[in-house]
Amino acid sequence: MDFLRPASWEEALAAKAEHPTAVPIAGGTDVMVEINFDQRRPDYLMDLGRIGDLYEWEVGEDSVRLGASVPYTRIMENLRTELPGLALASHTVASPQIRNRGGVGGNLGTASPAGDAHPALLAAGAEVEAESVRGSRRILIDAFYTGVKRNALAPDELIRAVHIKKADGPQQFSKVGTRNAMVIAVCAFGLALHPGTRTVRTGIGSAAPTPIRAAAAEEFLNAALDEGGFWDNGKIITPSIARQFADLCSAACNPIDDVRGTASYRRHAVGVMARRTLTWTWESYRGTAHASEGVA
Amino acid sequence: MPNGAPTKITQASGTKGGIGESMLRPDGTLKVTGEFAYGSDMWHEDMLWGQILRSPVAHAEIVSIDTGEALAVPGVYAVMTYDDLPTEVKNYGLEIQDTPVLAHGKVRHHGEPVAMVAADHPETARRAAAKIKVEYRDLPVITDEASALAPDAILVHENRTDDHAAHVPHPNIVHRQPIVRGDVAEARRRADVIVEGEYVFGMQDQAFLGPESGLAVPAEDGGVDLYVATQWLHADLRQIAPVLGLPEDKVRLTLAGVGGAFGGREDLSMQIHACLLALRTGKPVKIVYNRFESFFGHVHRHPAKLYYEHGATKDGKLTHVKGRIVLDGGAYASSSPAVVGNAASLGVGPYDVDDVEIEAIGLYTNNPPCGAMRGFGAVQACFAYEAQMDKVAGELGMDPVEFRRRNAMSQGSVMPTGQIVDSPAPVAELLRRVKALPMPPERQWESSEGADVRQLPGGLSNTTHGEGVVRGVGYAVGIKNVGFSEGFDDYSTAKVRMEVVAGEPVASVHTAMAEVGQGGVTVHAQIARTELGVAQVTIHPADTQVGSAGSTSASRQTYVTGGAVKNACELVREKVLEMGRRRFGSYHPAWATAELLLEGGKVVTDGGEVLADLVDVLGDEAVEVEQEWRHRPTEPFDLRTGQGNGHVQYSFAAHRAVVEVDTELGLVKVVELACAQDVGKALNPLSVLGQIQGGTTQGLGIAVMEEIVVDPRTAKVKNPSFTDYLIPTILDTPTIPVDVLELADEHAPYGLRGVGEAPTLSSTPAVLAAIRDATGLELNRTPVRPEHLAGA
Repeated sequence: MDFLRPASWEEALAAKAEHPTAVPIAGGTDVMVEINFDQRRPDYLMDLGRIGDLYEWEVGEDSVRLGASVPYTRIMENLRTELPGLALASHTVASPQIRNRGGVGGNLGTASPAGDAHPALLAAGAEVEAESVRGSRRILIDAFYTGVKRNALAPDELIRAVHIKKADGPQQFSKVGTRNAMVIAVCAFGLALHPGTRTVRTGIGSAAPTPIRAAAAEEFLNAALDEGGFWDNGKIITPSIARQFADLCSAACNPIDDVRGTASYRRHAVGVMARRTLTWTWESYRGTAHASEGVA
Repeated sequence: MPNGAPTKITQASGTKGGIGESMLRPDGTLKVTGEFAYGSDMWHEDMLWGQILRSPVAHAEIVSIDTGEALAVPGVYAVMTYDDLPTEVKNYGLEIQDTPVLAHGKVRHHGEPVAMVAADHPETARRAAAKIKVEYRDLPVITDEASALAPDAILVHENRTDDHAAHVPHPNIVHRQPIVRGDVAEARRRADVIVEGEYVFGMQDQAFLGPESGLAVPAEDGGVDLYVATQWLHADLRQIAPVLGLPEDKVRLTLAGVGGAFGGREDLSMQIHACLLALRTGKPVKIVYNRFESFFGHVHRHPAKLYYEHGATKDGKLTHVKGRIVLDGGAYASSSPAVVGNAASLGVGPYDVDDVEIEAIGLYTNNPPCGAMRGFGAVQACFAYEAQMDKVAGELGMDPVEFRRRNAMSQGSVMPTGQIVDSPAPVAELLRRVKALPMPPERQWESSEGADVRQLPGGLSNTTHGEGVVRGVGYAVGIKNVGFSEGFDDYSTAKVRMEVVAGEPVASVHTAMAEVGQGGVTVHAQIARTELGVAQVTIHPADTQVGSAGSTSASRQTYVTGGAVKNACELVREKVLEMGRRRFGSYHPAWATAELLLEGGKVVTDGGEVLADLVDVLGDEAVEVEQEWRHRPTEPFDLRTGQGNGHVQYSFAAHRAVVEVDTELGLVKVVELACAQDVGKALNPLSVLGQIQGGTTQGLGIAVMEEIVVDPRTAKVKNPSFTDYLIPTILDTPTIPVDVLELADEHAPYGLRGVGEAPTLSSTPAVLAAIRDATGLELNRTPVRPEHLAGA
């Protein structure tokens, strides 16, 4: 195994072009576990630790450009307002030591259905900034996950950053595990209200071969909220709407039985989390709406 | 001596620091700050690394092994298979020598050692091991009682000649122990209610944090020095030496730093392999398992199926108990026979029942080998009989604690084995105490800033803000034996020396006791201070240069090696007083007439009069005693009736569990797990508290998360890592209020009672009872998983 240590982003791209099988490593919280357990023997390991740009973020007008290596701890500490869903998800990642090293770039690179960041990214709306010596492109998060632990990156591409839409409404993230901390998801759910576009977006983790959105559930809920004038009147969402939304989220799953949980439990739990996170975000939205009415 | 080998620990503690005082561990700070040298930290100049190749399948014939490519890897010094073993002794085992050092012709479980490599770098050794070509021909797997006892079942071990072979009903049964007392058929007629139940106990792992490790250094005399993290040096020695073809005095063992044990280091792991490679290459060889290998490298707690029938009268008196306990011992015997004996003899629990029929069996299967783990057979039984006690109470419409109280055993009670419990057995009192504790406040997650998810099921995973959460409360009590049972010669040895060093009287204590975290290293110094009146005590590293201390297990070390240290100290004191009488007897009549003590570095009368300074009594002489010490002997259980005084001492603990369950998601938060335990005498109260809280937490683990999952079709382990074998984090660990009783057992040193295991028993059934209380579900399996509680 050869160890590559590019000093700059340009060097990294050149090295990746020359050695497309090189495995990039930043925090190492995924890659090193696989290497230590002898499950992975890459020909080349490429350390991105010297590229400072990857550890930075910029808050723009509509979105946050999050460097691929920004540790989860930084997200929790600094981006709770702009990226509340991702901040909640970051809080559930492993242990403090791992949150100090791991970042969203690694979650995307591994593209495990159990990655904690994915449901939050799907719900918020995001684009992955991928780059190679051939140029830079943005991949819509919905199109990024292509299979179990597979993503849309070309062999010569590296993830430079993720562009995540700034929250324009409440967001929530829930994850079921069989331990109350430091646990890999049995399944997970992210939900974001987007009052600007009057839409709701979802993200489901560990309940299908890839992280997914519950498209039919979103369509149903968007239509129901629209028809009922809920965005304007701020009424409590009727239980039957919440229930049907939850059922459609369950139906969106395509889970398996494995050592962490059964398929039927995953489907069930996604439904419960969908109903609860919808309730929490909507309560929060109604509270905000009420306050702004008072100010007006 | 290698880097990282243990050194003497001198503990100075003013004039205090005797028994009964809370003392900090001498190695505590080092461990917390990461400076303590564990077995895996050892290093020796010119050292090689050993690597074991393990079977990828559970049951297969070995058609061929080709080591050619592995031997050709640069940096490889040796590759060994069964054919390279040097003597006729090729097996080892704690009770039955059925475990091959390296597989011969056949593998019997997933992860069985097949070959091994020594190389100059661990990575080279791993790569070379992967190049060994082994051709397997699969055999059908035996995974449970039905497949083990089927008419056409393959025998896991053919041609058995062990002590149990003659009395077992089938060769795939390691050992069977019935317990028969009274007349169950007759008692059954008196029962107003009869309750049956079937229970399943999952496979728990010891999950110690320091993986198996050791370093073997070949010696100039043709012998070998082995530094190893283990639980019982002399049992290791007895099994290692014959395989090496060396006399026991040429195999010298020293205890390396141990990172937890819980029973999992009682069997050999890498000891023989490292020694063989060291003798073959003439170089020091270190072997350290990684976490993945560790899950294959030690025995686990027996998974069990338990069938019970309890009868009771309307006024809440048990009429009879019938039980059948099937323990899966996996591919090799390990300590299965003793686990079977424990499960059978303690299978009724701490209750007075005159009419009992219990049968416990241990199976040979192709599942991972199972053996010793904290609680040792009593844990599985307690989970089931306590569920039964709640079920009977429910049938009777009686409070479960009141029902237990009416049947609780006490001093003078007769066990189902016929043994009289001849020391305090405060079962009802322990239950009363946990029940009387104030309840933790309801809805502790509520705060002015919304829900504190850390206080809720799911914790930081943010799954509920109070929705679906229901509280439940459950109680349980258990009984565990202390010490080795069934006629085993369970002795220990201590060498105590007293001399003047730099103008101070100093005691040194040398035993072969494995310090695995239990605190013997502190307790031995406390005993020496109490008995010899010195401030400074030096604890010698544990090794085989002194006689056996027995195992650090069965809650026995403070009792047995503590007893040996106390006894040796008393003999040293007699010699010291004899020296005093010789030197100073003529100066004071009290030397001849008074009861004399050693206190504060002086010889004093029981009236407190100082007769001499120890420094003057000892002068430049040293007093040294090495002596074996034994507790009361036990007897084997009768093979047909199970009658016999099989146990040395019993220990009791009771728990009250308060849980909150998210009934929609099936997630559990244990809010509080209160424990009351009788310890006879707390030699180090701080350490007693640690044992009780640790045992309680380990019991919680098997209640709600810990399980090695074995595929029933292939007998392969599915989760050999801490990613998927979950143990409780601090957020899963509740407040654990502890109420310690000290009712002396007059037969034991200082009246003490073994502490370490009893809290592991009742913790699990208390949590299960609380979850049943919250959900109304029957829950006959542990660990409980979310899908058992919701959405299955």
